[in-house]
Amino acid sequence: MDLFEYQGKQYFARFGIAVSPGDVADTVEEALAVAERVGYPVVVKAQVKVGGRGKAGGVKLANDADEVRLHAGNILGLDIKGHVVKRLWVERASDIAKEYYASFTLDRPNKVHLGMLSAEGGVEIEHVAEENPEAIAFLSIDPVTGLDLATARRWVAEANLDEAARSQAADLLVQLYACYTEGDCDLAEINPLILTPEGTVHALDAKVTLDDNAAYRHPEWEEYRATETEDPREKLAKEKGLNYIGLDGTVGIIANGAGLAMSTLDVVNQVGGSAANFLDIGGGANADVMAAALEVINSDPKVKSIFVNIFGGITRVDEVARGVLDALARVEITSPIVLRLDGTNAVEGRAILADHLSDTLITEPTMLDAARRAVGLAHA
Amino acid sequence: MSIFVDENTKVIVQGLTGGQGRFHGLRNRDYGTLVVGGVTPGKGGTDVDGIPVFNSVKEAVEATGASASFVVVPPKFAADAIMEAAEGGITFIVSITEGIPAHDEARTYNRLVEEFPGVRLLGPNCPGIISPGKCNIGITSGDIALPGGPVGIVSRSGTLTYQALHELSQQGIGQTTCVGIGGDPVPGTNFIDCLEAFQADSETKAVMMIGEIGGSEEERAAEWIKAHMTKPVVAYVAGVTAPPGRKMGHAGAIISGSKGTAQAKMEALAAAGVHVCQNPTEAGEKMVEIVRAL
Repeated sequence: MDLFEYQGKQYFARFGIAVSPGDVADTVEEALAVAERVGYPVVVKAQVKVGGRGKAGGVKLANDADEVRLHAGNILGLDIKGHVVKRLWVERASDIAKEYYASFTLDRPNKVHLGMLSAEGGVEIEHVAEENPEAIAFLSIDPVTGLDLATARRWVAEANLDEAARSQAADLLVQLYACYTEGDCDLAEINPLILTPEGTVHALDAKVTLDDNAAYRHPEWEEYRATETEDPREKLAKEKGLNYIGLDGTVGIIANGAGLAMSTLDVVNQVGGSAANFLDIGGGANADVMAAALEVINSDPKVKSIFVNIFGGITRVDEVARGVLDALARVEITSPIVLRLDGTNAVEGRAILADHLSDTLITEPTMLDAARRAVGLAHA
Repeated sequence: MSIFVDENTKVIVQGLTGGQGRFHGLRNRDYGTLVVGGVTPGKGGTDVDGIPVFNSVKEAVEATGASASFVVVPPKFAADAIMEAAEGGITFIVSITEGIPAHDEARTYNRLVEEFPGVRLLGPNCPGIISPGKCNIGITSGDIALPGGPVGIVSRSGTLTYQALHELSQQGIGQTTCVGIGGDPVPGTNFIDCLEAFQADSETKAVMMIGEIGGSEEERAAEWIKAHMTKPVVAYVAGVTAPPGRKMGHAGAIISGSKGTAQAKMEALAAAGVHVCQNPTEAGEKMVEIVRAL
């Protein structure tokens, strides 16, 4: 789960990481109140989960109440790459002497953590990595031993951070690492991390991605989930416990297992169709899950046919077949359904469906045959 | 021959008394796997359908001589259970659990490497391993596998592992071993570990490899194949049409930017001389063609 900047900063603050004083605002009045509280000048920042806010006019400096009114009014409701701004973060503006970059993420090929630190922050780090890779100091961190202060001190020197920033930056990096590990982040990134003319170091931005698998040990994440913007189809699917991603095509997809579901999308595409969604009903799916999946897909007006691709492992095909019949009895499914059923109890599953087959409930022996049939029906 | 396990591998099931542990543990035993014990703290001295249950892995290993463990426990207990297996003397650990936090996986993997270099972890979040006719540890349905070789299978995706087995078995092509390495960010065993073992195994004549979007394991495997592999490899990579930047179920299956796309992986594999196919059926057909020409 990606956090908004303000949530990232609040998350950072839990771990003692210095951020600018500020608060969220959903209206012009609230923005004014925050500005009065933290003191002028302030920066008014659009809260959207997409890059390029500044260029789109979503980040403005305000020197007084009139300017806050003007900018907050303009930014609220602004459409930034399809994301409409509903919330602002208003913080005390900082004088900047230097901009750095710092982040922690998983180094998947080497199966350790990777710290990246650069004295050239404030810009797209991808560009720095491409054009001037020696400007980034990479640090491999053993997840068992972690990051200690002595290592952090060597690291800030190696990255050529200004002398005045080094001691505070090293402390902050140890805190950021704690946020990354104890806070179960997939990514904890600060760009820019700044040094002020007065000689203090703090985070001016926050990019945090949380590991959804760790949600069980972070009840405090509940508030972040509440602000997640979602496709209405995805919302309905989530309520039903399904792993669903909405797409733009006309063939509704139901498969068990993420790999098979992805492969089903690919095959539909190869035979000339396009998928309306990704839907993995997971292992052990029973009749209720199948019925819920069909209901979710049926709610999508773009869907013209439904391709159910099941390879039973833990999932038992007879259960799936019963689920299909159950769903058909409960809701009116408007699109024809093409099924491909293999694996555990496939013979029993096909037998259950045998008496119910029709023009709108069809079985095909292989994945490719079923994809062709479903795509043909979607185009008919 | 098979890789990692064979007909003499003695297996314990951590979590045998739970619903999933019982179901799959007994299915593995019915397949012919030597399931010699179970472990559930506090339930030592009882049994599950005749399989003795112990309080700890250490006790189970001492009593049964098991070398492999099938870990079937919920995500929050998985890291500790894996470490307990290694500390108890197990050398091959299969973890099927889905949903383990990435930081737990990273810590556990590195602790195993540092403290127990002789231990191999398969998974987490994988279907397990099956050497047809000899040993099945995990959740794969044994009847879709065909004994006798000559194909080795390694796959990052569970259901596509079954699909691959099915495509070959239907055509009368057997498998030496089929390894599901799982789609999580920190897999204990990766493609290269399996390719290396298949390359060294005299009965394996060809390898089928199933990848998916995310990470760079397929690209690394491609480099390894180019440098070391003399046996033919057929590959399929799922997720060509996956939208960028979205997680598709597996923690590992995420693409951001151009790196990690199915297209990039397929190109890397093709450049290494791998037969890259567009879907599982085509991969099965290609493998049939290769095996028949051996």
